Amino acid sequence: MTVKQLSVFAQNKPGRLSALTGILAQNGVNIRAISVADTKDFGILRLIVSDIDKAKQSLKDDAVVTETSVLAVIAEDKPGGMARMMDTLYKANISVEYMYSAFLNPSESNACLILRVDNNEEAVSALTEGGFKLLSQEDMAKI
Amino acid sequence: MARYWNEKIETMDYESMKALQSERLVAQVKHVYENVEYYKKLMDEKGVAPEDIKGVDDLHKLPFLSKADLRDAYPYGLLAKPLSECVRIQSTSGTTGKRVVAFYTQNDVDMWEDCVARAITAAGGTKDDVCQVAYGYGLFTGGAGLHGGSHKVGCLTLPMSSGNTERQIQFMMDLNATILCCTPSYAAYIGETVAEMGISPDDLTLKAGIFGAEPWTEEMRKSIEKSLGIKAYDIYGLTETSGPGVAFECECQTGMHINEDNFIAEIIDPDTGEVLPEGSKGELVFTSITKEAFPLLRYRTRDICVLTREKCKCGRTLVKMCKPMGRSDDMLIIKGVNVFPSQIETVLLKDFGATPNYQIVVDRVGTTDTFEIKVELSDGMFDDTIKSIEALEKKLSADIVQILGIKAKISLVEPKSIPRSEGKAVRVIDKRKLV
Repeated sequence: MTVKQLSVFAQNKPGRLSALTGILAQNGVNIRAISVADTKDFGILRLIVSDIDKAKQSLKDDAVVTETSVLAVIAEDKPGGMARMMDTLYKANISVEYMYSAFLNPSESNACLILRVDNNEEAVSALTEGGFKLLSQEDMAKI
Repeated sequence: MARYWNEKIETMDYESMKALQSERLVAQVKHVYENVEYYKKLMDEKGVAPEDIKGVDDLHKLPFLSKADLRDAYPYGLLAKPLSECVRIQSTSGTTGKRVVAFYTQNDVDMWEDCVARAITAAGGTKDDVCQVAYGYGLFTGGAGLHGGSHKVGCLTLPMSSGNTERQIQFMMDLNATILCCTPSYAAYIGETVAEMGISPDDLTLKAGIFGAEPWTEEMRKSIEKSLGIKAYDIYGLTETSGPGVAFECECQTGMHINEDNFIAEIIDPDTGEVLPEGSKGELVFTSITKEAFPLLRYRTRDICVLTREKCKCGRTLVKMCKPMGRSDDMLIIKGVNVFPSQIETVLLKDFGATPNYQIVVDRVGTTDTFEIKVELSDGMFDDTIKSIEALEKKLSADIVQILGIKAKISLVEPKSIPRSEGKAVRVIDKRKLV
């Protein structure tokens, strides 16, 4: 079970994030998780959104966008919750390329993490066996 | 101190020079027609026979040669002597497609070195001078040309080649160099380094510099002269005709005297090919009338220039060319290296499988050229990770070095961020003010 993430290439210049998120706002796309990875000259904006097709369509004229499958995993929001997840993946010999957390309702006692790993299939089975809950595209749209 | 290397030639009256050129041209056309199948075909196609060329006034009847011909005829197609009589090869930088390979007999080398000797003499050089050659050695004609000319004059020659600037300065000081030969940008860099090392121009024994192979301005000349305490002389040439020394500056610093006993210069309209009268601005065309192995007739240099026969105070009667004012093609000279946008397209095509929108941005910071290539990313060129983008930049950068020999800053940019005028992308932005 994976979710689709949009990655947007963005040069480091003032107003770029404002412009990109503005386009999503105009098109009624809700952002469920977001992260920015940056270097000196450019950044990559990574997004999980409520409607990926609409988001892609609305951004395609203004940005380079690529779609990637990532995992959305629920971790217990308490000490050791994260460590257990990483340990599970490590033991299954899976590398994490990057991760960030998703927006959640403040009343939730769990955290949702977005992970890009080198092998989705094996990661899904390792995490499922380890008792972790993974969210689907629909789940992400709902939270 | 001798003012001229070859007084007879350098101060010859125009009528005598024209007679000499005519005699040499007639013989050269015959030599080329009989020995270069490629040019014979061009002449036949144009309906010109060697007998039609009776002197300089008939020069315009001959067909032009261009870089494209050199490419078509690569490597031996324009050779007019058996290889066994050739003693040297020099070449320009660039891709295989754009590379120029020139051949020299011993007479050709002697003629070339004689031309450079005139330039060194005009810069005040004699056998008592110590001449530091900091042009690159190797296939590039800069090192070989100035080296040979320096020998001819009898200077004590310091074959430093380029680079290792602190060692250059060390040798310059320890061995009392009096003449420095290199590209103007390298001369400027040496000047800056001298200052950084806390050395005053008064501590240097340098008196003159002979600088060429790339465009430079009067401001740059003044700044180099000040930083090294010298008088700076321009020199012009191209591998296709021989190398540096086709034309050289005298103490008047008002243009470069063309060694027209060896090279006949014409100015043409780059669009129509029509020969323009003296004083007109147009494309410079050279005919080598003494070269044996690689004698190019009516070679289009693509340099935009003006010729003048106004009397020069130095006493030389050789026609003068101004500094090249631009190009009639899209070639750029960056850090002394000839760069064609098409070479960059070749790399992009190879690395991306398609040609993305790109833009070359050239500037000069202080005295050093900066060279940036902006490439618009498009879908499919981007796979979500920073390392893949950085790997792409690195690959492009390495391939550019491979093909051009100089480094470019690669900037991957967003789509549509390269400005277009009338829908057409502007491929080159040259911010240097060199003319």
